[in-house]
Amino acid sequence: MPFYRNIAAKIALLPMIVISLTVFVGCIIYSFVYSLTNSKLVPVMNYVGFDQYERLFKQRKWDVAVENIFIYGFVFTIGCLIIGFLLAVLIDQKIRGESLFRTIFLYPYAMSFVVTGLVWKWVLNPTFGLENSMHMWGMTWFELDWLVNRDLAIYAVCIAAVWQGAGFVMVLMLAGLRGIDEDIWKSLSIEGVAKWKSYIFVILPMLRPMVVTAIVLIAAGVVKVYDLILALTSGGPGYATTTPAMYVMENFFSRANLGQAFAASIIMFISVVCILAPWAFYEFYLRNKYANN
Amino acid sequence: MKKFFSILLTIFVPLSFTNVSKAAGHMEAEVIHWWTSGGEQAAISEFAKAWEEMGNTWIDTAITGGDNARGTTVNRIIGGNPPTAAQFNVSKQFVDLVEQGLLQSLEEVASAEGWRDFIYPPELIETCEFEGEFYCVPVNIHSWQWMWINNDVYKQVGLPVPQTFEEFLAGAPKIQEAGIIPLALGGQGWQESGMFDVVASSIMGFPLMQSIYRDKDLDAFRDGRFESVLNTYRELNQFTDEGSPGRLWNDTTAMVIEGKAAMQVMGDWARGEFAVAGQEAMVDYSCVIPGKEKYVALGGDVFVFPKNDDPKVKDAQLAMASMMVNPTVQAKFNNAKGSLPMRLDVDTSAADACMQMGLDLIQNPDAIMRESDDWNTPAFTAAWGDIISEFRNDPNYTVAQVMDDLEGVLTSGL
Amino acid sequence: MSTIPKGPRPKHLTVGRIGLYCFIIMCALFFLMPLYVMIITSLKDMDEIRAANILNLPKELSFYAWPKAWSQACTGFVCEGLKPGFVNSVKITVPSVIVSVALSALNGYALAFWRFRGAYFFFGLCMFGAFIPYQVMVYPLLKIEDFLGIYSSLPGIILVHTIFGMPILTLIFRNFYASLPIDLFKAARIDGGNFIKIFFYVIIPMSTPITIVAVILQVTGIWNDFLLGLVFAGRDNQPMTVQLNNIVQVDYGVAEYNVDMSATILTSLVPLFVYFISGRWFVRGIAAGAIKG
Repeated sequence: MPFYRNIAAKIALLPMIVISLTVFVGCIIYSFVYSLTNSKLVPVMNYVGFDQYERLFKQRKWDVAVENIFIYGFVFTIGCLIIGFLLAVLIDQKIRGESLFRTIFLYPYAMSFVVTGLVWKWVLNPTFGLENSMHMWGMTWFELDWLVNRDLAIYAVCIAAVWQGAGFVMVLMLAGLRGIDEDIWKSLSIEGVAKWKSYIFVILPMLRPMVVTAIVLIAAGVVKVYDLILALTSGGPGYATTTPAMYVMENFFSRANLGQAFAASIIMFISVVCILAPWAFYEFYLRNKYANN
Repeated sequence: MKKFFSILLTIFVPLSFTNVSKAAGHMEAEVIHWWTSGGEQAAISEFAKAWEEMGNTWIDTAITGGDNARGTTVNRIIGGNPPTAAQFNVSKQFVDLVEQGLLQSLEEVASAEGWRDFIYPPELIETCEFEGEFYCVPVNIHSWQWMWINNDVYKQVGLPVPQTFEEFLAGAPKIQEAGIIPLALGGQGWQESGMFDVVASSIMGFPLMQSIYRDKDLDAFRDGRFESVLNTYRELNQFTDEGSPGRLWNDTTAMVIEGKAAMQVMGDWARGEFAVAGQEAMVDYSCVIPGKEKYVALGGDVFVFPKNDDPKVKDAQLAMASMMVNPTVQAKFNNAKGSLPMRLDVDTSAADACMQMGLDLIQNPDAIMRESDDWNTPAFTAAWGDIISEFRNDPNYTVAQVMDDLEGVLTSGL
Repeated sequence: MSTIPKGPRPKHLTVGRIGLYCFIIMCALFFLMPLYVMIITSLKDMDEIRAANILNLPKELSFYAWPKAWSQACTGFVCEGLKPGFVNSVKITVPSVIVSVALSALNGYALAFWRFRGAYFFFGLCMFGAFIPYQVMVYPLLKIEDFLGIYSSLPGIILVHTIFGMPILTLIFRNFYASLPIDLFKAARIDGGNFIKIFFYVIIPMSTPITIVAVILQVTGIWNDFLLGLVFAGRDNQPMTVQLNNIVQVDYGVAEYNVDMSATILTSLVPLFVYFISGRWFVRGIAAGAIKG
């Protein structure tokens, strides 16, 4: 194919190509190169091999961060999917005030993570929050000390995140449910299949593309989680709710430990590639390519 | 396509012009600092006032939290948009900036005004001097080495005000029985590790601190005394309350003021909180430098001046540096801040009993104690602080494990 | 595709349906609780906040927190409230949304209809960018912007939002365009339409549903961004979320929870408004296949 064919399209895609190469690829190369140095406050080419990585894996804090991101990723993804699907099914029952309920479930998605974190921080405040309300209502046994409890704090983060994100999954699922053919419902009811069974065993598998989209969109957000935790717990108590993203940002911007931050960010990147890329590649590239050819 | 680009242009062009700074005849200076509390704001506005009285403009960039503020400064320097002046601590935080040639040398003013003759204690000169040139201006001295104690609480339980951590621990159960929180501690990393260093230095003494933190002497580290510090620290933490995680230092001080808690370990900036609450030193509250040997920890703040291509900026920087060490400005600034001035010829007649204690002590060179961050990089201090904070928060983190992990930091070459 | 519910037809009000309504109302209450708490807290004075139940309605309405949050709350030395942040967020969001949506629509169009060899490679590369954690790119990007001389300026932050918005937006535009009938495009070609003409006269008029989804995603995404605004916007352009965090997370003084909550609500007003006004179109756009697997 000669170069000038489709030249307009090539020019149109030029910004995308330049950005992909310089930013997406360039930044990773830059980060990798400097992760092999002992840069502190400013980047310097002072080669130290893989020392930064070795140091990283020795950090107890990094272990905690990695553990947290797995807990968060799992609970948040599963929580959003289950609650989002459940809400979509509920709304699909021809209920009155459908659009009102839809708005109620979707509005948290409009809130920023900073706002979400600050609101839940207030609601879960051990002195003034819900715990206090329950005590005032005579339920003195009620305990909601998640934010100050190092084992539970990460789940408080998950709750806030699910509250924020479930509505979006609901919209996706609802769109899927509305796309299900009437005949399928008819035949299911003729066969006398229980409604909940039809939803789980027949309808859900048919929503696979929606579920996949939802998982991809959620998962892309999981690794990036930073502002929610910053606003909600600041990584505390101690560093019980720290995440790799926080570890990286901390070393970049407040601890003046660039080499370490680059190393940690490269590890984050590699993990994301290992988990997501082959699958995203299949879903978005191969499948579309064959489908369209 | 043309249409598309013309739309783009109409969007961008007006925007890019809004960023052109309005050049003026007088000197303009943007200062990044993290002094956002009431007393702190009063202090920085003394600088601002003095600067504006000289006919200049002060652009204030206050950023909450020292880490954030320093991070912003460095980003702005790296990103090619440096402020005129920026706050750092008396420490090695900005050494890289000097080594990379990113800071303005102040030697011109320093030698003309004879800074080396009046800056006291001389350790402050060491902090700022690199290869015979001044690169920072020390503006004050803050010491962490204090216990702040509510006198009423001790009267109530019939105990004398403790002078050491051992005495405090002996009395703590009795205070707890009286329904009062013995130790007020805010569960933020810097508060936890700050208190740890006070406990450590008051138990081990400065020479041992120095061999561990500065010389990284593993024999000294492993000779048992450091472990006893860890044990004491853990014991102290049994006497804190559940509301500790994330609590701000001043909210924590308020607990002592209100008599909800008996004691807080905090730097001398806590004095301002007592003063604002109308409490009188040694009457309503006691300030105690714990341990048999009393030290003033040499902490404090400095300002650095990032290099700028614009010669006008350099003039502003030198003028500001000179203003900051001016004895009149120093007196006003430190009175507002509650810190000790960085020179001895400053009027400190307004000092209260606690500040006077500090002023008396600092005249004795042997009582001046350096802090870990005078010798170590921020990365080292942060890694060390993480372990201390985790040790405080995780009861399953054993002393033996902590010793190994701390040794890991000591030998890491950070 | 219609948006009429196609689930099993409801019978009359049965026990099951009452249970369903009870359950969905409980869910709605859970989703609304944080918003409710935010609003009532913002209308209480501090004494009442300290003394009373977080869920109780205010005894006396006190409005002073609102103007304080908007124009007087202090961050450090400067007591201008959220107002400057609001202005900055508008200045950042409007051009960023226009540029990123326009660029992505063009990308999607070129990728869907004007495929050339290598185009899909770069598209894959670009998609890959959607999953790279921001933290990996933040620092090198800062160096790039320094090199371009736009670090901590309005064009700088707009460029960053365009870069990070591009992958997902390009994907949804491409998917949407790929679902349009190819014959339409072929007919336009035969009529002598070139790259630009077809884009403006054929494609853009058909892009309304997808553009609405893209604009909503971008407006809320950029308005709610914290991390990029913090790092790239610079002192004079700090967005509202950053300003909010600065106001709320003060290191000093009695926390004024009512001011904090007013500030939190003010920060979310724009995205909430967008969702309340256009949520319906958003749901329709997604149902119309704007986002799919």
